[in-house]
Amino acid sequence: MKKSVFFGALAATTVLAGSAFAGTLDDVKARGELICGVNIGLTGFGAPDAAGAYKGFDVDLCKALAAAVVGDAAKVKYVPTTGETRFTALASGEVDVLIRNSTWSFQRDTDLKFDFVAVNYYDGQGFMVKKDLGVSSAKELDGATVCIQTGTTTELNLADFFKANNITYTPVNVADDSEALRQFDSGACDAYTTDASGLAASRASMAVPADNIILPEIISKEPLGPVVRHGDNNWGDIVRWTYFALLEAEEKNITKANIDQVASSTTDPEVKRLLGVGDDDLGAMMGLDKEWAKRAIAASGNYGEIFEANIGTSTPIGLARGLNALWTQGGLQYAPPFR
Amino acid sequence: MSLSYVRTEMLPPAEPPISERGAIRWMRANLFSGPFNSILTLLAAYVLYQLVSLAWPWLANGVWSDANSMSDCRAIVTASAGPDASGACWAMIRERWHQFIFGFYPPDLWWRPILTFGLLFVALAPVLYADNKRAMSRLCGVVGILTVLSLIGADGFSYHTVLAILLFAGLTAIAAIQPRRLLIVTLLFPFFALWMLWGGSIWGPITALLGFVVLVVVYGLVAPKLGAVMGASTGFLAACLWWLFLQTYISTAWQALLPFGLTYVPSDKFGGFLLAFVIGVASISISLPLGILLALGRRSDMLLVKTLSVGFIEFVRGVPLITMLFVASLLLQYFLPPQTKFDLILRVVILVTLFSAAYNAEVVRGGLAALPRGQYEAADALGLDYWQAQRLIIMPQALKISIPGIVSTFIGLFKDTTLVSFVGLADPLRGITTIVRADINWKGIYWEPYIFVGGIFFIVCFGMSRYSMYLENKLKTDHR
Repeated sequence: MKKSVFFGALAATTVLAGSAFAGTLDDVKARGELICGVNIGLTGFGAPDAAGAYKGFDVDLCKALAAAVVGDAAKVKYVPTTGETRFTALASGEVDVLIRNSTWSFQRDTDLKFDFVAVNYYDGQGFMVKKDLGVSSAKELDGATVCIQTGTTTELNLADFFKANNITYTPVNVADDSEALRQFDSGACDAYTTDASGLAASRASMAVPADNIILPEIISKEPLGPVVRHGDNNWGDIVRWTYFALLEAEEKNITKANIDQVASSTTDPEVKRLLGVGDDDLGAMMGLDKEWAKRAIAASGNYGEIFEANIGTSTPIGLARGLNALWTQGGLQYAPPFR
Repeated sequence: MSLSYVRTEMLPPAEPPISERGAIRWMRANLFSGPFNSILTLLAAYVLYQLVSLAWPWLANGVWSDANSMSDCRAIVTASAGPDASGACWAMIRERWHQFIFGFYPPDLWWRPILTFGLLFVALAPVLYADNKRAMSRLCGVVGILTVLSLIGADGFSYHTVLAILLFAGLTAIAAIQPRRLLIVTLLFPFFALWMLWGGSIWGPITALLGFVVLVVVYGLVAPKLGAVMGASTGFLAACLWWLFLQTYISTAWQALLPFGLTYVPSDKFGGFLLAFVIGVASISISLPLGILLALGRRSDMLLVKTLSVGFIEFVRGVPLITMLFVASLLLQYFLPPQTKFDLILRVVILVTLFSAAYNAEVVRGGLAALPRGQYEAADALGLDYWQAQRLIIMPQALKISIPGIVSTFIGLFKDTTLVSFVGLADPLRGITTIVRADINWKGIYWEPYIFVGGIFFIVCFGMSRYSMYLENKLKTDHR
């Protein structure tokens, strides 16, 4: 708590320190490069590959944003941030935007003076157990040993959940995901709990994935999304609407492959506005050119394509869309109208 | 004269009893010399057996080639050693070794860090083996051959290789004929390394070097009139002015006139052992002189100098290194104007240097305190001034006493470079390992990266430790 007050105070000082950040868009344009704060290594979401190129679900949003603002998806400088450094890196202006699976919470939004402009992944904390434990619900975990990463919010959620259901557990504290996996695999704990997306990736990497099951209960809300600083609403709008453009593209079946064809042949007025082929110039309203959204979609495809390519069912991680399906398909992903 | 009961020749010496010779004797003396030691020996043997029987199958079933993911490794181990066998997955090292060594440095430019690393030893040679011609030329030759081989391995046979062969042949010749001349290489090396590793215009390092020329010239002009201290501080001030205000213009102008440079490699491409060595070597080489100055300052009679030195040393030693790193990466950002480009590696090097300088200062002060007062008085009696006395009489003895302490500070510092992972730099131990594990193919790998990185750290630290023993032996002048 003290730490967050301290960082909050620092962040507040920075915001008060002046309008130096007011023109993030101008800074990015002048620099010709977007500086994107990303995760130093999270399977499927953001990590450098063997050749050192950043890839992942979050990284593709950075690329789309760079394509919209600078005009080239490759003009991104990725700044790897740790859980400790990410918010200071953003508050101090070291990065323009933080797209690093950060949970939107009240305190981060208000006290730390940030804006969470969208939710690009609805996550939640789940449990993984060995199949031969014979458990089908988290509520049957009474007396279980649970592997839990220390110093995270998942630790608190776990305590709350067990208390609310009036059951007990023995925590096995681990430092990081790899250690948790090793402990779980060797039988040192009955259950491993972390974000459901992380559990899916862990399960996929096990010797026999089918021997482990992820329990249906999701015990917390972890809306992950891009973060910007307070006080530069135009920049926040750009990040938000770039993301919405990717959603809208999925809804309208605009893909990386067919975007040029759609742009030239479409009769849908909303698609015309989105792709900047009609008379309306949406980009100008936030300081961009007419084709900003078209470039953003062309960078790595629409939201659904990005999801499938990085973490979807066709990848080894194999996450189902679930809450992250479009609203038309029973999910929560919903873009306001482009007009 | 012969007496039948007196032997005329000696009997051949009989073999000692079986319990007093060979392996049995050694074991009795060293392993089973009493009931307590026997129990300890048996216990240790049992523990060793357990460890080896656990680790051996894992090592023996290790997979190096033909695997591109953990599941491949598991399949190969199962196929060769049965379904329940475990095996190391070294294939990860085969695929990702370059990230552990070079980080994200562009592969076609790997020759630059390799060449710099080789030249590092040539630059160190005159410092490590002061007057030992043979050791120096041998070191240069061996390092040269290894560097050229690595260059061929990384790049094939190209013009860099020819360049390196010529360079190392020349340097080895110099080491063999005029070893003192190699000191010039030592002095120029930091600028060369800076240019080689980061690239960019050659005029940057050259004009930075000119700053030192400015310092020396100003010192030469001022010192005879106002004394050494004033001379040094004016010189330093002038050099700072040069670096801060003039250097950029002059280097840009020269670059426009005579463009020459290497491809620029930004700091975020640095990682793995390249990063560890950049931070380690830079901090080690700057922190020793700084530490000596601080130690002298702490023993000084001048109140201001003494107070500042004590304050600095105690403050820095009272703060954990990880805090300093967070200051480097987080707090400095707040104090600097937004959009300032102050390289993170540079920030980290500065704070790590200050940190280890404080420790070195105390180690050197221990050496100074161990010298008998007579040495100081003898220096005074010879009419030497303060700096002469320090240089000729005090420091050579004090540093000799401090060698083990200094080297262990260095070893500690080198290993502490892995802490930079907490500020988002890709150190070999945690940073690169996290990145490798984030790949779904290698997720779940646990011991292999630690063993690989730990092995390299051990070689480097063991090397430093052996060198320190060699140096202690060489400098031993007493007859204890």
